[in-house]
Amino acid sequence: MIAIVDYKAGNLASVKRALEFLGHKCEITDRAERIVAADRVILPGVGAAGATMENLRALGLVEVLRNDVARASKPFLGICIGIQVLLDRSEEDDAKCLGIIAGRVARYPRSVDGRPLKVPQIGWNRVRQARPHPVFAGVPDNTHFYFVNSYYPILDDASMTLATCDYGVPFTAAVVRDNVLATQFHLEKSGAAGLKLLDNFCRLKS
Amino acid sequence: MLAKRIIPCLDVRDGKVTKGVQFLANIDVGDPVAMARYYYEQGADEIVFYDITASNERRGIMLDVVRAVAREIFIPFSVGGGLRTLEDMRAVLLAGAEKVSIDSGAVRNPKLISEGARAFGSQCVVLSMQVKKTGVRPEVPTGYEVVIDGGRQPTGRDALAWSLEGERLGAGELCINSIDRDGTKLGYDLEITRRISAAVSIPVIASGGAGEPAHLRDAFTTGLADAAIVASIVHYGEHPIPALKSYLKANGVEIRDAVAIDLEAR
Repeated sequence: MIAIVDYKAGNLASVKRALEFLGHKCEITDRAERIVAADRVILPGVGAAGATMENLRALGLVEVLRNDVARASKPFLGICIGIQVLLDRSEEDDAKCLGIIAGRVARYPRSVDGRPLKVPQIGWNRVRQARPHPVFAGVPDNTHFYFVNSYYPILDDASMTLATCDYGVPFTAAVVRDNVLATQFHLEKSGAAGLKLLDNFCRLKS
Repeated sequence: MLAKRIIPCLDVRDGKVTKGVQFLANIDVGDPVAMARYYYEQGADEIVFYDITASNERRGIMLDVVRAVAREIFIPFSVGGGLRTLEDMRAVLLAGAEKVSIDSGAVRNPKLISEGARAFGSQCVVLSMQVKKTGVRPEVPTGYEVVIDGGRQPTGRDALAWSLEGERLGAGELCINSIDRDGTKLGYDLEITRRISAAVSIPVIASGGAGEPAHLRDAFTTGLADAAIVASIVHYGEHPIPALKSYLKANGVEIRDAVAIDLEAR
């Protein structure tokens, strides 16, 4: 069973539909014991860092994600806001985040070389695979994925960068640290490539 | 670099696609779910459904369509047409649409934009507007006026001013539909698309008038559009999406490549 963490944000159902389309059993839950009991955990979502952390705290899930998921070697996948809250801090709402991966989250610049940059980034951008990983099996390098984000992760340790992308600035589009994986792009809205990554995650050895 | 998006638009009335799409032998071309799946497989970057159901009692049918599409289509899609309240927007998003497109409803009640953005996030709210060239005058300095109710009703609002207002209120994207060009196949209205896109810091979608591949190229280059709505240019099979993409790629426009990915590979 895959637990999709419910922290009162939108977009949870679209991840569930994608998993069901792929034939994987999943449930949307905010209960710690269900998350602890799950084989895998997905933290998806569209939302602001501050509100996401507040909701996770209110639900008592911060320690669950830190200890019972990240440290317990349970395969974990963060999507969009789910990558950002893994880091120490976010510029968005000046939020203190989970601190599972060392680094911070910054806003895209308003202009690059004197030319205005449209923020949020909304659309399909090329993702470069920084290193081989089974989650990318069957997905060509430089495939486009769907992004919706105003903020992006900056890691302290570049060796945890799984994939990169460019939007005015080069940025980390996916991270990996042992069992913890996360993508800035929306796997559930990225067509066949996104489904393939999601499927690969569901089949990673735990 | 972000790819320019090609967005097929399907008009739906009482749960059925109403126009175009006459070229497919094996698909029920009236079925919005089958048509969405077809365009998804063809490499559409997004899909728009425009609900032209006349009666309120039958609006629930569209929600069933949205739910069915969401189970099969894993790219963003939006729904527009007749959304007047926050509850209308919520229903469409809960049924599985990624975005809602609001138009006349937002002109009548601009708070719909700000309340929608606060409730669901700006990325969910596309402010769509029908614009018509009515001549430069003090309240319409660009000469492009916003019209509502299918183009019948002038509003006295300037298209650029309304775009900036929409952005300020929290719209995540703007869709600029030229009433003058709609259905003409003469190309997008590049002037107003460019003026708006240059003035705002959110994505702009060009709409109305695409008849040839060069019209999309022009929208993305001269018009500074981030995305383009296509309807009859793809519905009648003359210029399928893969052909449009090849053309744009050959003309130096960044587009999303179709990649063959085997989901049953293991």
